[in-house]
Amino acid sequence: MFKKFVPSTDIAGHTPVKTSVQRQIRANVLSQWKIEPETLEAIWPKKEGLVHVKCREHVSIYTVNSEPIFFQHFDGPFYPTLRLLHKYPYILPKVQVDRGAIRFLLAGAHMMCPGLTSAGGYLPPAEEAIPAERMVAIHAEGKEHAVGVGITKLSTEDMKKINKGVGVETATYLGDDLWAIQTL
Amino acid sequence: MGRKRAQSPPRQAAPTEDEGAGSSSQQPVEPPKEPTPPVRVIYCDVCSFPLEYCEFGSSFTRCKESLKESNEELYNKYYSDEALQSKIGTLSLEAQKKLEKDAAKKEAKAEAKADAALKKKLASQVTIKRIERTKRKHVTAIHGLEAFSIDLKKAAKQLAGRFATGASVTKNAQGLDEIVVQGDVSDEILEILEKGEGVLKGVPIDNVQVVEDKKKKTEG
Ligand SMILES: [Zn+2]
Repeated sequence: MFKKFVPSTDIAGHTPVKTSVQRQIRANVLSQWKIEPETLEAIWPKKEGLVHVKCREHVSIYTVNSEPIFFQHFDGPFYPTLRLLHKYPYILPKVQVDRGAIRFLLAGAHMMCPGLTSAGGYLPPAEEAIPAERMVAIHAEGKEHAVGVGITKLSTEDMKKINKGVGVETATYLGDDLWAIQTL
Repeated sequence: MGRKRAQSPPRQAAPTEDEGAGSSSQQPVEPPKEPTPPVRVIYCDVCSFPLEYCEFGSSFTRCKESLKESNEELYNKYYSDEALQSKIGTLSLEAQKKLEKDAAKKEAKAEAKADAALKKKLASQVTIKRIERTKRKHVTAIHGLEAFSIDLKKAAKQLAGRFATGASVTKNAQGLDEIVVQGDVSDEILEILEKGEGVLKGVPIDNVQVVEDKKKKTEG
């Protein structure tokens, strides 16, 4: 989403979000992330206005105090920015790619099943399986911090079974043009 | 405008999660929970990645050097022989070699690119052109500033404010952006560039040229 993103030309404008809409977004974020309301309140205080930064191709970035905290494509899920995920790593379920896949991820590729199912990868056990179309934190073999945020294209059990094609679609990754933007 | 929740019945039956467990005997108010403190990730001063990812960036050598200088302890955490051994993980030796080779290539490429950009910058010219409109009236056109990463709109605004006159960014005949300031202010602009005032900084004065564009031949 942010492989080639130039703020000066790809941003259409900043608009403060109406209070009623903010309330709705907050409820959605609370249901989509595994986050306590008080922690979300610390990240995004109710008295602090949320700003909608409208971008090209139906991408929306939301900022608090001009710091991007999450983004959305069309009316899809609210993806936390990678910097926010680094601060609160537990808010999304975790998958891991092996070391060989890291450089592909950093070039903006989606994550193929074999990179997730190999010895260096990690998918949760069957009893904690993640369904398809869920946001996940993408971790990497031997690294402490997440390297990307994505969405599952198959359930994690199917990734193990099918072990072919894209398992996780990358939404943002370390070093993309969203990473470069610290304030908007 | 606090809603008086305690007195009025709840407006919507919001299903709270702890309701399911015990139905009637609930303590009404729990002590407010503390937010979870954020994890502090240390980012690289050079490439902005978390330190452990520097090896995948395009400035690995510089990242390492900078960390060694600024924080020996962290440097050892990531680059001691042991750390290097363990990070290879499940990757085969061959794949690791390839990865290192790729990283070196990427780095060389990034350096070459930065070098070329610098050269280009040093070679680009800025011209300040005094253009005669009528016998008495002039405008001053400046172009080439964008090569020195100067925001033209901001620069025009600064100049307009400075000379209390009009200044705008327009495209010239060649389709290149230039700043046009009303009045003859070429000497003043040269001086501003020399001092590097406001956003108009970073232009080596040797790269600046002042030219005149007259309608008629210079009068004797
Ligand atoms: Zn670095």
